[in-house]
Amino acid sequence: MISARSLTKRFGDFTAVDGIDFDIAPGESFGFLGPNGAGKSTTMRMIAATSTRTDGDLTVLGLDTNHHGPEIRAQLGIVPQGDLLDEELRVIDNLTVYGRYFGLPRAYVRRRAEDLLDFAQLREKRLSRVEGLSGGMKRRLTIARGLINNPRIMLLDEPTTGLDPQARHILWDRLFRLKEEGTTLVVTTHFMDEAEQLCDRLVVIDRGRIVTEGSPSSLIRRYSTREVLEVRFGSSRNEEAARTTAGIGDRQEVLPDRILIYADDGENALQAVLDRGLEPVTSLVRRSSLEDVFLRLTGRSLIE
Amino acid sequence: MTTTTGPAAVIDKTMAADPARARRWGWWAVVEHLVLRMRRYIATLLITGIGSPFLYLLGLGAGLGVLVDEGEGVGGVPYLTFVAPALVLASVMQTSVQENVLGTFGGFKWFNMFPAMRLTPVTPAQMAVGVQVGALIRVLPLLGFYLIAVVAFGIADPLRALALVPVGVLLSLAVGFLVMGWVSTQEHDRGQLSFVERFGVVPLTLFSGTYFPLDTLPGYLQPIGWVSPLWHAVELGRAAMYGHRPGIDLAAVHIGYLALLAAAGAWLSVRHFRRRLDE
Amino acid sequence: MIDDLRAPAPKVPGPLRGLYGGNTRSVIARGLRVIARNNWLIVLTGFFEPVFYLLSMGLGLGALIGAVEFYGNEVPYAAYIAPALMAVSAMNGALYDSTMNVFFRLRYGKLYDQMLSTSLGPLDVALGEIALALFRGLLYATGFMAVTTLLGLNLSWTAVLAIPAALVVAFGFAAVGLAATSFMKSFQHLDMVFFVMLPMFLLSATFFPITVYPEAVQWVIMAMPLWHAVDMIRQLTTGLIQPSIWGHLAYFGVMIAVGTTAATARLKALFLR
Repeated sequence: MISARSLTKRFGDFTAVDGIDFDIAPGESFGFLGPNGAGKSTTMRMIAATSTRTDGDLTVLGLDTNHHGPEIRAQLGIVPQGDLLDEELRVIDNLTVYGRYFGLPRAYVRRRAEDLLDFAQLREKRLSRVEGLSGGMKRRLTIARGLINNPRIMLLDEPTTGLDPQARHILWDRLFRLKEEGTTLVVTTHFMDEAEQLCDRLVVIDRGRIVTEGSPSSLIRRYSTREVLEVRFGSSRNEEAARTTAGIGDRQEVLPDRILIYADDGENALQAVLDRGLEPVTSLVRRSSLEDVFLRLTGRSLIE
Repeated sequence: MTTTTGPAAVIDKTMAADPARARRWGWWAVVEHLVLRMRRYIATLLITGIGSPFLYLLGLGAGLGVLVDEGEGVGGVPYLTFVAPALVLASVMQTSVQENVLGTFGGFKWFNMFPAMRLTPVTPAQMAVGVQVGALIRVLPLLGFYLIAVVAFGIADPLRALALVPVGVLLSLAVGFLVMGWVSTQEHDRGQLSFVERFGVVPLTLFSGTYFPLDTLPGYLQPIGWVSPLWHAVELGRAAMYGHRPGIDLAAVHIGYLALLAAAGAWLSVRHFRRRLDE
Repeated sequence: MIDDLRAPAPKVPGPLRGLYGGNTRSVIARGLRVIARNNWLIVLTGFFEPVFYLLSMGLGLGALIGAVEFYGNEVPYAAYIAPALMAVSAMNGALYDSTMNVFFRLRYGKLYDQMLSTSLGPLDVALGEIALALFRGLLYATGFMAVTTLLGLNLSWTAVLAIPAALVVAFGFAAVGLAATSFMKSFQHLDMVFFVMLPMFLLSATFFPITVYPEAVQWVIMAMPLWHAVDMIRQLTTGLIQPSIWGHLAYFGVMIAVGTTAATARLKALFLR
């Protein structure tokens, strides 16, 4: 459905996307994971044909994005960062107005808007002004708006950034429903839990380049251990403690505020730390996540 | 909040967007959006639309007329006849400018219209045209109310008054596209948007031979009138309403100048819209 | 690192306690700083509008009209409209500042939320806003007087008094405008202000004497504040001072008294919504 070869975008001297390749298959749920400024949104804009690539090839549904913007966007449902709703209009009007931009007949757009109101669970907000909605409601409305043209591909740019935990779960539930129906989803995110929830396959992207690619679980298996032990000794004693913990587990990362110890059995590793006479202020054993994959690959934390 | 909705599929596979239709009619969808927004201000629009012809024609025109006509009127006609087409067209200019500042800057910034449209098949050029037609949708009723007043007060006969409509449309397009061409380059509102009113609309209204013939101004101020789209439109309006000379003889020049401004403004606007939205 | 200096508790006695923190200075200082740093150009350009009107109408219409009678004397047309434009500019500035600007800041700027989370009270904020509006009014009035003096449109030494008179006018409109803003809930309400301003501007003896109208209409116009402002300032700049000037002053005295009382009473409705 989407195919990129040596895709590049430069803004003057700055290279935002640096020769990346990827293919997205029909019905697949595909993710771009990376920190802010990695080039995720720029890539999304090029897929939506709202940004012209500098070099390489990019086709969406077999059409070149540099020449067929309107034809491509007719088949896409786009959920941009920041929603871009007309906050002074009512909820229902935001849907119908948008549907008309796709050249859909007015009667059809009206009917479709009502259906999507149910999908987005905004029935009782039908006649409310958008400015009064919560962040989660606005995002659901934006997703409903993106569906008005029955798109074959949904592009979601950081769909749950800025939402509270409950609103995120409602949103994931709605997106999962779309996925079940066979809609192709393309998601950018800097949350590993979101990537784990939504994506069949993902690429980790950093400084405009693809660092690695695979399913969330295969990436964790490949680059991390089953469990991680996090210990804190207070910021002044951290480095000193790190010298003592050396050698415990498979691998260690020393961060300014804590030490991460990668091991298949976290409780064993904690016992080893205590056996060396160290007394951590706090300790936590958790399952390994994509955050650890990212840290391993780039030496930097995903969310700064 | 965990209720699941009915079993109906979210995606309706029987209906797909029609890019060809969107390519032809995208600009009209922009107009529909703007009209939907205007509905919120409908009371204000109606009151100002109906009230301002009466205030300007009867209040100002008739009042000043008493003073001016103590002489011999202006150019052989009563002051009210002289000033009426100018008041109509000055109102058209002001409305068109307002709608274009709001529609263009607001479309980019305040109500996210263009960035959201960008995610659909609508093109930047269609957005520019849509805003312009949206401005006309406000200008036309205003023209209508003025014409009713002009005819009701017996200032001109209905057919001649009707000729103000195409002149008003041309003027609205000329100033509208020019304003859009500039506003579309403005990224932030730090108060400079009000300069359009202060250094555009107000001085043009005052120095375009609106309230008095341009040649009563000192020579050094008259060039303001020559470049002013309002002056060219007013000359046309006066020619239409009472056969004012040399307005009639130079009609082709006035029409050509306004058309040229509209075309140049449109070209600039589309260029800036495209650049800003990165086609 | 932490100094032992605590914010002093406001010491305001009497009925204003809770409304007034006795620190209007800081609100004014902030306003002046914003003007100096950011929008001095915008403030400055506000001065041009009446000058444009004066040049256009005075030169152009003046050529058609010649002179106008004012209290039994013939006054050149430009000298006739100059004081009216000064009054209009005082009204416009004061009303814009006290309605639109205040409303925008309340709704979008969240500026007052910030101020009122300190030891300032709503009255400090209100007085500060009015003082800033008057400061702008003073700048415009002085600038305009300089222009009309250069053009020889001030016919008497009493024209100097037009500057304080313009401030009185501005104070009256600002106080009433602030009280009115406390009742406004939406932009549609804000539009009402302009429905009032435009007819006053066009009809209050600004560009021609109201004697052109039937007597009933004249009485309506004479009930409006702008007519009093125009007539008062015109008496001062032409030197044709009439006993009625005390009536005009009294009109604005009442406006100021009623406006500030109402605005103070509505302060909580205005700022603590």
